[in-house]
Amino acid sequence: MQEPLIFTHSRTGRSAAGQYPQAAAAEVPEKFRRKRRAELPEVSELQAVRHFTRLSQLNFSIDTHFYPLGSCTMKYNPRACNQFAMLPEFLGRHPLAPDSVSQGFLGCMFELQEMLKEVTGMKGVSLTPMAGAQGEFAGVAMIRAYHRARGDMERTEIIVPDAAHGTNPATATMCGCTVVEIPSLPNGDTDVEALKQALGPRTAGIMLTNPSTLGVFERRIQEIAKLVHEAGGLLYYDGANLNAILGKVRPGTMGFDVIHMNLHKTFSTPHGGGGPGSGAVGVGERLLPFLPIPIVGKDGDRYRWLDATDVPQTIGRLSAFMGNAGVLLRAYVYMRMLGRAGMQRVAEYAALNANYMLARLKQAGFDAAYPDRRASHEFIITLKRQAKQLGVNAMDFAKRLLDHGFHAPTTYFPLLVPECLLIEPTETEAKEELDAFIEAMVAIQREAEQDPAKVKGAPYTLPVRRLDDVRAAKQLDLTYQRG
Amino acid sequence: MPFIPHTDNDVREMLAAIGAPSIDALFEEIPAALRIKSLAGIPEALTEMEVGRLMQQRASRDGRPLNFLGAGAYEHHIPAAVWAIVTRGEFYSAYTPYQAEASQGTLQLLYEYQTMMASLTGMQVSNASLYDGASALAEACLMAVRAHRKSKSARILVPAALNPTYVDVARAITEGQNLKFDVLPYDTKSGTQQAAALDAYRGQDITAVVVQQPNFFGLLEDVDAIADWAAANNALLIAVVNPLSLALLKPPGEWGTKGADIVVGDGQPFGVPLSSGGPYFGFMTTRMEHVRQMPGRIIGRTVDLDGKPGFTLTLQAREQHIRRSKATSNICTNQGLLVTAATIHMSLLGSAGLEKVAAASQTQTSALVAALTRIKGVKLAFSGPRFHEAVLQLDRKVSDVLEALAKRGIVGGYDLSRQYPDLGNALLVCATETRTDDDIAAYTAAMSEVMK
Amino acid sequence: MSSIPSNLKYLDSHEWARVESDGTVTIGISDHAQGALGDLVFVEVPEVGRALTKGGAAAVVESVKAASDVYSPLSGEVIANNSNALSATPELVNSDPYGQGWLFKVKPSNSSELGSLLDAKAYEKVVEEAGH
Repeated sequence: MQEPLIFTHSRTGRSAAGQYPQAAAAEVPEKFRRKRRAELPEVSELQAVRHFTRLSQLNFSIDTHFYPLGSCTMKYNPRACNQFAMLPEFLGRHPLAPDSVSQGFLGCMFELQEMLKEVTGMKGVSLTPMAGAQGEFAGVAMIRAYHRARGDMERTEIIVPDAAHGTNPATATMCGCTVVEIPSLPNGDTDVEALKQALGPRTAGIMLTNPSTLGVFERRIQEIAKLVHEAGGLLYYDGANLNAILGKVRPGTMGFDVIHMNLHKTFSTPHGGGGPGSGAVGVGERLLPFLPIPIVGKDGDRYRWLDATDVPQTIGRLSAFMGNAGVLLRAYVYMRMLGRAGMQRVAEYAALNANYMLARLKQAGFDAAYPDRRASHEFIITLKRQAKQLGVNAMDFAKRLLDHGFHAPTTYFPLLVPECLLIEPTETEAKEELDAFIEAMVAIQREAEQDPAKVKGAPYTLPVRRLDDVRAAKQLDLTYQRG
Repeated sequence: MPFIPHTDNDVREMLAAIGAPSIDALFEEIPAALRIKSLAGIPEALTEMEVGRLMQQRASRDGRPLNFLGAGAYEHHIPAAVWAIVTRGEFYSAYTPYQAEASQGTLQLLYEYQTMMASLTGMQVSNASLYDGASALAEACLMAVRAHRKSKSARILVPAALNPTYVDVARAITEGQNLKFDVLPYDTKSGTQQAAALDAYRGQDITAVVVQQPNFFGLLEDVDAIADWAAANNALLIAVVNPLSLALLKPPGEWGTKGADIVVGDGQPFGVPLSSGGPYFGFMTTRMEHVRQMPGRIIGRTVDLDGKPGFTLTLQAREQHIRRSKATSNICTNQGLLVTAATIHMSLLGSAGLEKVAAASQTQTSALVAALTRIKGVKLAFSGPRFHEAVLQLDRKVSDVLEALAKRGIVGGYDLSRQYPDLGNALLVCATETRTDDDIAAYTAAMSEVMK
Repeated sequence: MSSIPSNLKYLDSHEWARVESDGTVTIGISDHAQGALGDLVFVEVPEVGRALTKGGAAAVVESVKAASDVYSPLSGEVIANNSNALSATPELVNSDPYGQGWLFKVKPSNSSELGSLLDAKAYEKVVEEAGH
């Protein structure tokens, strides 16, 4: 099934005329005026609706398919969160409307800040970062600002484990820091000896994900925190895997000074085909003065925005207004619906699902990357053996899973585990779904042994087969050219 | 249990398969001292019905005041079809199209979006979005430094009549990379950039010049002259534009003899509700020669194994998941769902529809200005050509007036006096096509009362 | 097994260097490196006139799934680059890494640095170890 480009439906003079005013012509002096119209589609409302509905049907999504994409927490996005965030009053509120007509909205944001503080063990929260990577930016920028405010100008090195998300080193660079990479041990823990070597008077901080991207809990975290703090550095918690410990452990208790939370992961706001995300940041005592603005404050029973007059040492503004407010409302609704007990169940059932899948896949003959460890909310299967013996690699398994009606797990990340599948089922999947996925893996393994070419040619049942990425990058076709 | 499907029987079977005595045993690798004892700060769960009532109460408390505030976020009509499609689960609950074969819907839509934005801005290529207009400007400045290899200064000229928050954000985001921003004064008579202010920099190493069209005061800048100045002085030109205005105004690709190098802005006017400031999306278009310096996702058309056309993420080697510390940006997740809204919005309205919306917005703003300036103590600050915003000067403190208007159910505009003290008691107002003549009359009546 | 011509010098980061009769040095990436990267889609070479230092990042080679810095084996000034050929056909680095797929030429400022480079035999060991 394929759908032609919207431009091919276009006919000169056609439009969805009911949707705009029949206004008088504009007054634009000649020198400013556009001479030739932009080539936007000219289609009827039905044509547009049908085209985009058909496009939607070419996607896999959580609502239609099991989507165990490791490190992305593709859990169910409750419909209520969307509906209540889209009440007309919330949609119509201008971001700069006076506080006097914003108390309802600001109240939700204030309570969200408080709840996020409670689950992370942090002293202050700013909701403004618009995605995880911007939360990371805010975190490292605050660490830099902290050292600078103390006159500690030499601290510009950020330590990052080799298994870290690519955003960690990219963020450090954006903040003007240099990256010092340290290895992981064969059991998945951080190499503490290497860390000791890396620490010094130039250390600004360390960025860690815990549980790590290897799907295991960093057992020596307290020791690591002590070492980093003694060396004068601060600890940054990448919240990508917060779903694994929500309600079980607070990053603040582990010794972290700053954390970003991916609300589109842990707090179930939609991923939207690549955003919007939301990367709220939380900080301990030391970094409170540097939080990005604006923040919602409370004077008596009145909520108001805190800005640079209230937070004079702030790292500043990261968005034109206050970040992805609509996403924050969805996260707020989700947290209220989970409540105290529901919040604790998240990590429990996420871990149950992951450990169940890991156990079943091991029993079926697959190789776990860290066979002696408990899975966190996710785990890694390595297909190194299959790649060597059968010539069928992780990408081939991933593509064949699509034919079985499952979105593929994360492939080739983390980079240090060869031929890996990083699998994260989340707590919202039922056992039957997990069983079906395991059966599909077993079927693909059997097929790989009997007819490897079949697996290598997958997928067969999707709108397109494997795409020529080399051609895409060499013969750049980034816009449609008419005619 | 909300959102958790497990029965007691499921749990028993699963624990048996794992060989663990309890769910709690799955957390045995976490040191006991670290475990949470209580989550007292989290309230008890609410049902969907209860939370619905709570949210409706909160929403009603804020009500729906009549809005005449723009300043970077604009209230426009959004066709019903837009969000009906955007909130389909297949768009709403998918993620970044890493598995291209299972994401052709999102990928094709983004390719169509790139085509539309490139055409609208008169540029050759577009990325698949950034966070918002302000952060897009920050990324554009960093990109200019990478793209302009001959320039060593990392010095960027920004006009004072550029949205001041955009400049704040650009400074905050580029702070670690030693960019220097020089603010150019605007002409106090016209409210626009004058060539004389630029000429002070003639012959110096300038990496890029930024210009906003229309500027923060809603006025039209002489973009041709500024573009030509940048070209003559070997600086790149970064254009910040309201995409709706481009239905009427000359696209940045045609400014001066050479055109802009990088075009950014906020896509909010296309199908995205005000929603307290987000989620919106930032757009960025550029020349083909700079494409490898562009941050963010880019979608390309290619063919599959059978030679059938298809779409995929391309030029990924610029990005953080491959390039790590040497990536063009740390951006990963962007604003895909809002781009979905904008693409449907642009398809429904087409160029003809966008022109009408832009024209009606301009007309209604003119009507608003005419009505308000008839009130004693209200005058127009700048008389040059504008799009859909205007600066008024009042004979008293703007914040007091806005507070009094809010009490009358009117969000009256943006108080410029804090960021532009030289303008006196200045108020930035906006009326889009959604403000009727009756709305304008209501504002005028309220303002007359307040200004008594 | 990838080809490792015996008349060239190498870095353990997989660059090769060939001393020409006029004393200039031509630089590229090894057959092993191009094989590990896969189909190249883009090559960025240093501008003529740029001063390079030994071990400093000089060029970038990109495939679809990876991007890799190319380090200069020697200090010196760039006197030529192969951008004319490689901008349109980066695949030359895959098909002919030691010939038409060369990246750039330098005029060495310190010819004693040549002595620190690996010979073919030593580089072969590096490649073998990388394979394990």
